[in-house]
Amino acid sequence: MGRIVLENVQKTFGEAEVIPPLDLTIEDGEFAVFVGPSGCGKSTLLRLIAGLEEVTSGAIKIDGADVTQVPPSKRGLAMVFQSYALYPHMTVRKNIGFPLRMAKMEQAEIDAKVEQAASVLNLKDYLDRKPGQLSGGQRQRVAIGRAIVREPEAFLFDEPLSNLDAALRVGMRMEISELHNKLNTTMIYVTHDQVEAMTMANKIVVLQAGVIEQVGSPLELYRTPRNRFVAGFIGSPKMNFIDGDAAEKLGGHSVGIRPEHIDVVEGGLWQGRVGVAEHLGSDTFFHVHDTGLAETITVRAIGDVSLRHGDTIGLSPRMDELHRFDAKGLRI
Amino acid sequence: MAIVAQQTKLSKILWPVLAWAVALIIFFPIAYMVMTSFKTDADAVKPELLFTFTPTLENYANMTENYDYWRFASNSIITSVAATLFTLFVAIPCAYAMAFTPSRGTKDILMWMLSTKMLPAAAVLYPMIYMTKAAGLYDTHFLIIMVLSLINLPIVIWMLFTYFKDIPKDIIEAAKMDGVNTWGEVREVLIPLAWGGIASTALLCFIFCWNEAYWTVRLTTTEAATLSKLIEGNRAPEGLFFGRLSAVSTAAVGPIVVLGWFCQKQLVQGLTFGAVK
Ligand SMILES: Nc1ncnc2c1ncn2[C@@H]1O[C@H](COP(=O)(O)OP(=O)(O)O)[C@@H](O)[C@H]1O
Ligand SMILES: [Mg+2]
Repeated sequence: MGRIVLENVQKTFGEAEVIPPLDLTIEDGEFAVFVGPSGCGKSTLLRLIAGLEEVTSGAIKIDGADVTQVPPSKRGLAMVFQSYALYPHMTVRKNIGFPLRMAKMEQAEIDAKVEQAASVLNLKDYLDRKPGQLSGGQRQRVAIGRAIVREPEAFLFDEPLSNLDAALRVGMRMEISELHNKLNTTMIYVTHDQVEAMTMANKIVVLQAGVIEQVGSPLELYRTPRNRFVAGFIGSPKMNFIDGDAAEKLGGHSVGIRPEHIDVVEGGLWQGRVGVAEHLGSDTFFHVHDTGLAETITVRAIGDVSLRHGDTIGLSPRMDELHRFDAKGLRI
Repeated sequence: MAIVAQQTKLSKILWPVLAWAVALIIFFPIAYMVMTSFKTDADAVKPELLFTFTPTLENYANMTENYDYWRFASNSIITSVAATLFTLFVAIPCAYAMAFTPSRGTKDILMWMLSTKMLPAAAVLYPMIYMTKAAGLYDTHFLIIMVLSLINLPIVIWMLFTYFKDIPKDIIEAAKMDGVNTWGEVREVLIPLAWGGIASTALLCFIFCWNEAYWTVRLTTTEAATLSKLIEGNRAPEGLFFGRLSAVSTAAVGPIVVLGWFCQKQLVQGLTFGAVK
């Protein structure tokens, strides 16, 4: 069981209020992702839950028990760090078995659990190596192994994949998702990468400057972003924003439309000149200039569409996919 | 290019020559001391016999006959070992706390600790002698161990602090998350990871303790007298006993030179041994 509740949790470092008071509930078994730009307080929030930072005010509860004053070693949570944080002086076997040894488990039982974790994570051949002799991906697996053997109430991940190369990152993303499906244990995952958030989460918590902008499932955030910040942050390529008269005509102080919701047509509502085209094969992204709406409007076309640089094209936004925002940036 | 090449060529010759020159200058008094220890007191003051003399073991024989070298040596060992252990016992938790949970005052505390080294020892000499005599601590092992520890604590804490700072904070935090209490962090993670640094700090502390003369000479008479006191006791203003004095000095510094020689390799190994970030 791992239901985590934050009540009025606030964190200041000296004068700086990094986390203004906030409430948040993460249900048992949920895969929650904290996402937001760098420096917005994601790690701080995770570290507060872990107990590595003390809350300035407010309370943290795990399964109903108030753990606000409980040290990290007694909260029953496991954490995977961005830097892996393996013990360099211990073999992989010792690293994975370390939390069990600290819990004074029988050696035979430790060995069995380490073996089991190693086979799940494809680490069997490396058990007697030191972390320094492993690749980045293998080190990350060891860090995950060290976390799973303890059977914690919840897993905390702080940008665990950002030191890996792109291909490995996609692979590990899947593995962590698999792990969640298998274990069904609460996981809290911090990332600045909205693609990771969208692909892994049941629940996304979007943060900006320590403030929760929106909490919801990936599709909720995609379909009904609560404000302009969330709208711009979730989705790739980014949503196009239109201000001024053109927006007023469409019924908002500003209006957002995702690249995948604009069709290239003859005529159309807007006209512009084709700039850079990004051909991905399955999709093509056009950067369209001189529309009189914004510097650039990004448009997605399915498949390999060829339009020449400098061509004038017509654009037609799908009216039911428009996102309208008021002067404060809130969704209308 | 030519200039750079020339410069490197020049420095390739110049630096080793300079290094050797400095090393020889530093080494000369030690060589001189060792040579003199094998001369009779009469020969020791004759400049023409600097290198050409008939070696004798007379001084070393006298040393164990006339005064109890072994008692002084064992006092040196007891006080230096105990002071080093006690210093580490206090300094490791202290440096650990400052390295991993620094507060606003940490830098100031470190500076303040170093500043205590600026106090001229002579200024507190008489208070120290009277106070320790009044407390019945004068000329005891306990007093010497405490004095040696207190003298060395600032530099030992400072050294350990710099070694501990090099350990990634994440690793200590990972240990916390793995269910380890503070003592476990120190025992399972900190000490193994900083072992090279701790060992070299301990060695340095031991050497400082062994060589300390100002306080050990003045706060002891017989019971807790160390080798420094033995050397001091053989110093005669007329300089008639140079041979004897040299033998005592050689026997006093001998153990520490041997220790340093043996630990050299282990220390270098310890300092470079596989730290993975
Ligand atoms: N120990 C600390 N002392 C002072 N400021 C801190 C500390 N840790 C984090 N901060 C500040 O808090 C803010 C949020 O940091 P962090 O939680 O690491 O952001 P994120 O993980 O989202 O990139 C940053 O502005 C950072 O400078
Ligand atoms: Mg972070």
